[in-house]
Amino acid sequence: MSPHPASENSGIWKLIFGRLDWSAVPVHEPIVMGTFVAVVIGGVAILGIVTKYRLWGWLWRDWFTTVDHKRIGIMYMILGLIMFLRGFADAIMMRLQQAWAFNGSEGYLNAHHYDQIFTAHGVIMIFFVAMPMITGIMNYMVPLQIGARDVSFPFLNNFSFWMTTAGAVITMMSLFVGEFARTGWLAYPPLSGIAYSPGVGVDYYIWGLQIAGIGTLLSGVNLIATIVKMRAPGMSMMKLPIFVWTSLCSNILIVAAFPVLTAVLALLSLDRYVGTAFFTNDMGGNPMMYVNLIWIWGHPEVYILILPLFGVFSEVTSTFSSKRLFGYSSMVYATVVIAILSYLVWLHHFFTMGSGASVNSFFGITTMVISIPTGAKLFNWLFTMYRGRIRFELPMMWTVAFMLTFVVGGMTGVLLAVPPADFVLHNSLFLIAHFHNVIIGGVLFGLFAAINYWWPKAFGFKLETKWGKRSFWLWVVGFWVAFMPLYVLGLMGVTRRMRVFDDPSLQIWFQIAALGAVMIAAGIACMFIQFAVSIMNRDKLRDTTGDPWDGRTLEWATSSPPPDYNFAFTPVIHDGDAWADMKKRGYQRPVSGFEPIHMPSNTGTGVILAGLSVAFGVGMIWYMWWLAGLSFIGILAVAIGHTFNYKRDFYIPEDVVESTEGERTRSLAMQG
Amino acid sequence: MASAPTVDAAFLDKDGNPLFHLEHEPHHPEGSSTMLGFWIYLMSDCLIFACLFATYAVLGGNYAAGPGPKDLFDLPLVALNTAMLLFSSITYGFAMLAMEKNRVAATQGWLAITGLFGLAFLGIELYEFAHLIHEGATPMRSGFLSAFFALVGTHGLHVTFGIIWLVTLMAQVAKKGLIPANQRRLMCLSMFWHFLDVVWIGVFTFVYLMGMLR
Amino acid sequence: MSIATPPPYAGIMTARPRLLSRAFPRRLAPLLLLPLGACNWVVMSPAGDVAVQQRDLIIISTLLMLLIILPVMATTIWFAWRYREKAQAKDYDPDWDHSTSLELLIWSAPLLIIIALGAITWTSTHLLDPYRPIERIDHERKVDPAAKRLQVEVVALDWKWLFIYPELGIATVNELAAPVDQPIEFKITSATLMNSFFVPALAGQIYAMPGMQTVLHAVANKPGNFEGFSANYSGAGFSNMRFRFKAMDQAGFDKWVAQVKSSNAKLDRATYVKLEQPSEKVPPMYFAGVEPKLFHAAVNMCAQPGKRCMDEVMMTDMHGGAGKESAHDTEGLRHDGTIDVGGYHPVEPGKKGEIAQPSGMTPAAQRTPAERGNQAPGQKDADGHAGGHHGHEGM
Repeated sequence: MSPHPASENSGIWKLIFGRLDWSAVPVHEPIVMGTFVAVVIGGVAILGIVTKYRLWGWLWRDWFTTVDHKRIGIMYMILGLIMFLRGFADAIMMRLQQAWAFNGSEGYLNAHHYDQIFTAHGVIMIFFVAMPMITGIMNYMVPLQIGARDVSFPFLNNFSFWMTTAGAVITMMSLFVGEFARTGWLAYPPLSGIAYSPGVGVDYYIWGLQIAGIGTLLSGVNLIATIVKMRAPGMSMMKLPIFVWTSLCSNILIVAAFPVLTAVLALLSLDRYVGTAFFTNDMGGNPMMYVNLIWIWGHPEVYILILPLFGVFSEVTSTFSSKRLFGYSSMVYATVVIAILSYLVWLHHFFTMGSGASVNSFFGITTMVISIPTGAKLFNWLFTMYRGRIRFELPMMWTVAFMLTFVVGGMTGVLLAVPPADFVLHNSLFLIAHFHNVIIGGVLFGLFAAINYWWPKAFGFKLETKWGKRSFWLWVVGFWVAFMPLYVLGLMGVTRRMRVFDDPSLQIWFQIAALGAVMIAAGIACMFIQFAVSIMNRDKLRDTTGDPWDGRTLEWATSSPPPDYNFAFTPVIHDGDAWADMKKRGYQRPVSGFEPIHMPSNTGTGVILAGLSVAFGVGMIWYMWWLAGLSFIGILAVAIGHTFNYKRDFYIPEDVVESTEGERTRSLAMQG
Repeated sequence: MASAPTVDAAFLDKDGNPLFHLEHEPHHPEGSSTMLGFWIYLMSDCLIFACLFATYAVLGGNYAAGPGPKDLFDLPLVALNTAMLLFSSITYGFAMLAMEKNRVAATQGWLAITGLFGLAFLGIELYEFAHLIHEGATPMRSGFLSAFFALVGTHGLHVTFGIIWLVTLMAQVAKKGLIPANQRRLMCLSMFWHFLDVVWIGVFTFVYLMGMLR
Repeated sequence: MSIATPPPYAGIMTARPRLLSRAFPRRLAPLLLLPLGACNWVVMSPAGDVAVQQRDLIIISTLLMLLIILPVMATTIWFAWRYREKAQAKDYDPDWDHSTSLELLIWSAPLLIIIALGAITWTSTHLLDPYRPIERIDHERKVDPAAKRLQVEVVALDWKWLFIYPELGIATVNELAAPVDQPIEFKITSATLMNSFFVPALAGQIYAMPGMQTVLHAVANKPGNFEGFSANYSGAGFSNMRFRFKAMDQAGFDKWVAQVKSSNAKLDRATYVKLEQPSEKVPPMYFAGVEPKLFHAAVNMCAQPGKRCMDEVMMTDMHGGAGKESAHDTEGLRHDGTIDVGGYHPVEPGKKGEIAQPSGMTPAAQRTPAERGNQAPGQKDADGHAGGHHGHEGM
């Protein structure tokens, strides 16, 4: 495929389609076309089913336009899981290429494809897997845990979700039309500049991230306001569930970091579209400034990802040890300290750029200091288990696996923070192993713990454990098999993003790593089978109590799944472990005296704005200026039009609340 | 925390037992989080400007053998421009005072004057840009000019959106009057408008004044 | 590569109180590597003193951290087992959630480790600063202050490495040589993209950046033929941006220099400009002569005819720019876009690589194998498959 559109296009074609032409469609590339055909068949099948069973109305009314934080949370999770399959497909293609391309073999991927694949893998896994999944979990659980009916800005919540989805759509589009960036996931200039990457790849990258970034930023604003303003009476800051605390810090980091990404990508796009000289080699530009700015966003970003999961591990450990969380306040301080320090370490990503020794030492030491609060957290989980009665359900298994895996990743992280050590390990596969060790071992294991822990809350039945355990073991063992060889290869001086290799003695390690990737693939398959089997056996796995794990926080006080309004009456809190406290004191659920409940109304504006944003992105990427212009005007018009709608709420009438609650009373009574 | 936690007296029933839910829905004034949420958004916007200021600080001396600030900036013009924006902030303040007194016509009048000052500011800025570009000092000429146009231009774009927003709000006030929702919106725009003023003071000092001293 | 005789540990600890016994890591290094047999763990068994000290630092830091990591891992497993529900532990206490002494312990234990590690970091970062001329040849020999450092100027091109020896008046592509035990001073830059100059056996890496110059001081202690490469992704030809680093004794080095000088090619600006054009899998090339100040031109992005050098431009900028009239004058300032990396396409299968090879250059592949110098076992020389493309373009 040629990254340059053929020049024989006539003027009128250029005017309408910009630089898009038939060469952008990879018809002669079997893997891409095969994927394309599969996606088309799958897509048509899904659309057919939705049409056949007349689900469009239901989807539109109950899901696409919903402002219910719970449904939006579930949609975030679905988006994350779908994108996870794409991101993992990229991963296994890389593992295969690297296990193959030895002894003069070029493997099966040329540079043009391989370079897109590792870029897409990083971008998708961070922006469209980890971010949507943590946002989804926070969206679902935070209002429940603080006893609120919804988030502060329900429409904004819907809009944020659709903007994230719009970014994902643009990123996925690059697979079939044109190409994705071939720059690595952070698109360092000068390589990402127009002189060295003239194709559409970097533009796909920029607009995918910019549009998704708007969603992320607004959802950060939303959740902060929710936590600050919407807490149930009695819930002082030091009685917040620890997951809410970690979510708060994570969202503060989002609001304080994502504008930097927005700004730096905007400057990069000015370089590419207008020809300015921010990050160019010549004309007074400075590429090192990009590297600094992007890591000022990038390092907090990894804490944005891990902090909420630290909260999940705390909740899980406490619940399944049937015991209060050890050292709640030191846990809170540790979280806050980590959040603050995460802004003082960005330079450790480029010690090798030639900063002076004092600068390097400063950033190396601040990085190490982060391991102190992180270590304190680990000890806190340990002493929560101490003197407990630990039930090894799946969430707890993931937590123990996390504790054992994450410490190794933490250790190699501190090792990389020693600048002279970093000089030999920087950009090596040791680094790759390190951050997968913390991201898989921390973020992903945490997400799996969270999914297994809160699934019964969201759907009213537990996940079955047989396939869950299979998935667990395949994942955990697969992780170690896949990434330990990468540590080894790093110590053998092998650098990242290599497509072909000279030294045949390395091959065996890549083959072991590929085997690990295959095990992880089996683990993913088991996870999806677990979901399917659980859904099929949902009646057997049904939980009518709303509190299947003997939980300790407010989300377990309501039914599973919770009613639209979450709580019939606003709960009052006396203790950090509010629900455990209520159970201990013999709390009786009220069965009368219901009142109408004030709720926000659904709106389709979010979907429309996100759709227009996709059109705008496509217009910008392909230089179809008329499309970009029209869709931008459309975005403005729809946004302004939306503000003229003053009726954005309604009341759930008393009798509806009464009948919903009455049903719950009956189902609770039935199981005694 | 091993002992039973202390209970806030407000959450006890008449027998002194802890309450676990409110009998009646507390009245959440509509939009009670809006000001906080908008303020958080403004802080994030502030960070975008911080990045642009930092960029200007790094690239501000890279003229690429081209013209520098002394060759290009017309300080009296910029001073006039600054006056326009400062006046618009004052008139917005008058609009808010009129709103407090629930005087629709006066509010609308002051808002219109604010918008005109904003347009004057934009007009002068566009004239300045056109003049620079005509002289060859385009954003493409050097790192300094790229950073200059990005910082000043982003501020100008904000003012543009502020004016669009202002017109929208005037239409809404005309339609619905000074209802609480509209008052809230006017207060948000007020924060936005004064925020742009503060940023401009930074631009004026850091880019223009210090540029002439460089 | 053999790891039987790991270089003795001395490194960064000599100047300070001994936190750990000197001999400790020395004995431990091979122990840690034992299961790996004859594998090529070059970072763990390098051949240059700087890399050796960096290796030692890795080992010390790891051991220091294992002091806390191992107990934590063991305790995790122990608690998980001891307090499992089935065991019905007698000391179950659902409300036990605080202990001041434990809190003190859990904050201070990591703190102590980090204080130790922080002290090591501060000193070692200064001692092993790549800009700092090295003061010792290895753990027992100091550098003679009067001795000269071998000067090597490195230019990262797309996608090959150019090495200029300004004092010897020679230059090579994709082959670097140096005598053992002589300190080397690398001055490093790049023509277009950000790369990282890295010879794991010799010393840590440092970025090679266009329009900028970075510095690396190093010394090789053992003869050998080692791999060097770019450790920062730089586009389509990145995977093949490798070179050989040959450390040899003085006699061998002199012979090598003579061999380079016997080439009939000269590296003048015109040749350099051709060399700048993107190409992959370039076999080593020798140049018997180098135009003076070529590296200066490379750093300042003015090797191409008619270009204004960055240092002069920056000097003008320091004096407040070049005045109003200069706004329209951009002649000779553009560099990006003059080297068509974006338009580069990997060579079609079956065709010969379109490598920019000005006449008179001597690809090493045309020389007899005997001349290629010693190779490390298990290492395929880059010469081995230069020119042709064995792979097929898949997908």
